[in-house]
Amino acid sequence: MRFVDEYRSPDIARGLAAEIAELAGDGHHKIMEICGGHTHAIYRHGIPDYLPDNVELVHGPGCPVCVVPAGRIDDAIAIAFEPGVILTTFGDLMRVPGGQGSFLDANSRGADIRMVYSPLDALKVARRNPDRRVVFAAIGFETTAPATAATVLRAAAEGIDNFSVLSNHVLVGPAIQAILDAPGQDLDGFLGPGHVSTVIGASAYEFVARDHGKPLVVSGFEPLDVLQAIAWLLRQRQEGRAEVTNQYTRVVPWEGNRAALRAIDATMEPRATFEWRGLGEIPWSALALREEYAAFDAERHFTLPGRRVADHRACQCAEVLTGRLKPWQCAVFGTVCTPENPIGTCMVSSEGACAAYYHYGRLQLGRDAHAAPVPSP
Amino acid sequence: MTQQPEGAETDAKTEAGGETEAEALARVARHRERRPRVRDEHVTLAHGAGGSATADLVEDLFLRSLANPALEAREDQALIDVDPGRLAFTTDSFVVSPLEFPGGSIGDLAINGTVNDLAVSGARPAYLSAGFILEEGFAIARLRRIVDDLAAAAAAAGVQVVTGDTKVVGRGKGDGCYINTAGIGVLERPVELGARFARPGDAVLVSGPIGDHGITILLARGDLELEADLESDTAPLHRLVDGLLEACSGVRCLRDATRGGVATVLNEVAEAAGVGIALEETALPIRAEVNGACEVLGLDPLYVACEGRMVIVVDAAEADTALAALRALPEGEQAARIGSVVAESPGMVSLRTQLGGTRVVDTMAGDPLPRIC
Amino acid sequence: MCLGIPGRIVAIEDPEIGLATADVGGVRRKVSIQLLQEEPGGGPGIDDWVLIHVGFALAQIDEQEAAETFRRLEAIGDPYREELDELASSDIE
Repeated sequence: MRFVDEYRSPDIARGLAAEIAELAGDGHHKIMEICGGHTHAIYRHGIPDYLPDNVELVHGPGCPVCVVPAGRIDDAIAIAFEPGVILTTFGDLMRVPGGQGSFLDANSRGADIRMVYSPLDALKVARRNPDRRVVFAAIGFETTAPATAATVLRAAAEGIDNFSVLSNHVLVGPAIQAILDAPGQDLDGFLGPGHVSTVIGASAYEFVARDHGKPLVVSGFEPLDVLQAIAWLLRQRQEGRAEVTNQYTRVVPWEGNRAALRAIDATMEPRATFEWRGLGEIPWSALALREEYAAFDAERHFTLPGRRVADHRACQCAEVLTGRLKPWQCAVFGTVCTPENPIGTCMVSSEGACAAYYHYGRLQLGRDAHAAPVPSP
Repeated sequence: MTQQPEGAETDAKTEAGGETEAEALARVARHRERRPRVRDEHVTLAHGAGGSATADLVEDLFLRSLANPALEAREDQALIDVDPGRLAFTTDSFVVSPLEFPGGSIGDLAINGTVNDLAVSGARPAYLSAGFILEEGFAIARLRRIVDDLAAAAAAAGVQVVTGDTKVVGRGKGDGCYINTAGIGVLERPVELGARFARPGDAVLVSGPIGDHGITILLARGDLELEADLESDTAPLHRLVDGLLEACSGVRCLRDATRGGVATVLNEVAEAAGVGIALEETALPIRAEVNGACEVLGLDPLYVACEGRMVIVVDAAEADTALAALRALPEGEQAARIGSVVAESPGMVSLRTQLGGTRVVDTMAGDPLPRIC
Repeated sequence: MCLGIPGRIVAIEDPEIGLATADVGGVRRKVSIQLLQEEPGGGPGIDDWVLIHVGFALAQIDEQEAAETFRRLEAIGDPYREELDELASSDIE
């Protein structure tokens, strides 16, 4: 596949690994990849095999599925059981457990919850079922919010009256701020999320370098992108710099996508506060539909139970999400908490740090079976 | 109508029909003996009740397509002569939705799935049963097509459906049509195949491109609004098995990769034999369209269902011979070696990625679902 | 975040509302290009590559930047390959 395969070349990976090893020198480097998509890519391709031991990758909270509070899942399920409702959502959300089970469990009890690939497909369901109320349970950062926004605008333009959105859209800036503000935070740099940056622009992260003195490199998702971005971060460290730079220039603009930002702004506004599963309440960190689009706001059409469901006592997701604990360091990882029976958010979605590590990264054993890609020095 | 004379016999002719009662009854009797034609458009509860409607359905749909002596005996059971020896016996139920899709239908799956479960033991698939559970309201025309597909698949696989059953459940209580097939095969070769026989050093092969069936079905369901030039890989594997076992004596294990894909089969082998399995990502045969769909949906082709693909574990010394035997047949022309059995990490399947790194290929938790993240 | 994949526009279905068909490795899907249209009828055209996320094109792939990025990456691979070649061809006695 074009724009994909060329960024997976083992030869170039070896070259980058050598460069990284040289730049890493004798120091220790703790780098957080903010985005769950990066966590997934890192493990899926086996990138840790190309990094020296003194370059440590720490997983961040950029998993919009993982951070949906259990209570909001319950709210969506309550809506699904209202008469005549078809709830639509992305596949990612179907297995996330709320306080009382997941969407799949709700279907087995008679709810009509359907998976869609795009919010536009949810709108299609609404058009095809004029006698049903179709609700789209929206999740995602600013990457996905424009799609929801554009769909709401389309629904309004067509005068569709049986479609509404339950918004769990969250913002990446406040998430990064929460990481930077977390007590005991000792990160040396960040791999900046690639796709959300196509919307908000690489410039959105300037505060990280300017106010906190940490370098951030916006990175693509192919393995060579990630390795190159890590190399750039290490070079900044070596040269004592802290800047925001863009490795993913083929897709990410400095200023962002104006049309996408306009669509979000037209239809949504920030919520004063929003609960993030594992992280607690973060101010101005999520989006709700504006008053003008109340007709498309599920929160105004339905009464939501709105219960706050506390995390399991043994859950240490808050520390994993902020990079203070590695997945395998969590006391319940892989025993009480598994992908089949997730206790907390990090295990819940396949790009959650714990799920990714559990599925792909129990590597030490697997590594023995293959010849090392990088000959030991 | 002329008046019947008093005391006249009942076989006095009537003016209108021009025949006697005896002749009329004989005509009715001949009519009842004619091959029934089901004229209903939809399945009704009567079709499942076991009476004449059921008999008509069986005659007109099943016997018409599946003609063979055992079925035509119309007994409650089929009586089969087999040489003394080992029998392979399996069963499978088919609940696929949609019922018809590019490359086949539930009828094809119902035969090929059971044939393949038998074939991978080295047995010659021979006799199948077919039980249908139909939903009230199901279109007879669709049922005809499915039964015709089933019959054609049986003929192609060289098996006979010798016994069957039909039930009808009320509207809303079934997904149109469910089929169960059970199958008997005869083990004529002195082979003993099994996952537990895999040993370090063995080669791991696959008989063709992976994931075709699962992606075809996902796309055919329509809710993802994706289009591609893809069809299900449903096919009988017995000829491939024959060719392979003729050519190679060191085959340890054959497995039909269905639900859960190749990854699931390999995890089962690793577990059963207490070995590790190391795969090469660049060696996996995957069609561009399957790869594209998986990239769009965030799925891993290793976990996507196939319906006509075999995983083979064979003595490494015979790997090339095995590949040649597979590639000699059209259904095996893209057979490939995808990895090896290793001693390290027993019970675990790992993969060297395109990049050159390594990762685990874990057992599947639940059905792989498309994701956006 | 998340899954964005490169696709090639193969048809414009409705330029006014920004509906197009994209091809991703042989799989085709209708996608909205309206977020890349500064004015109706504008935006990417046939054979342009875009980044697709949940049925929307979020960015047009700048092929020149892609080539530049790849050239830089390849340059990193070269010294390593050269070294391997030299290693393979040298003979230590």
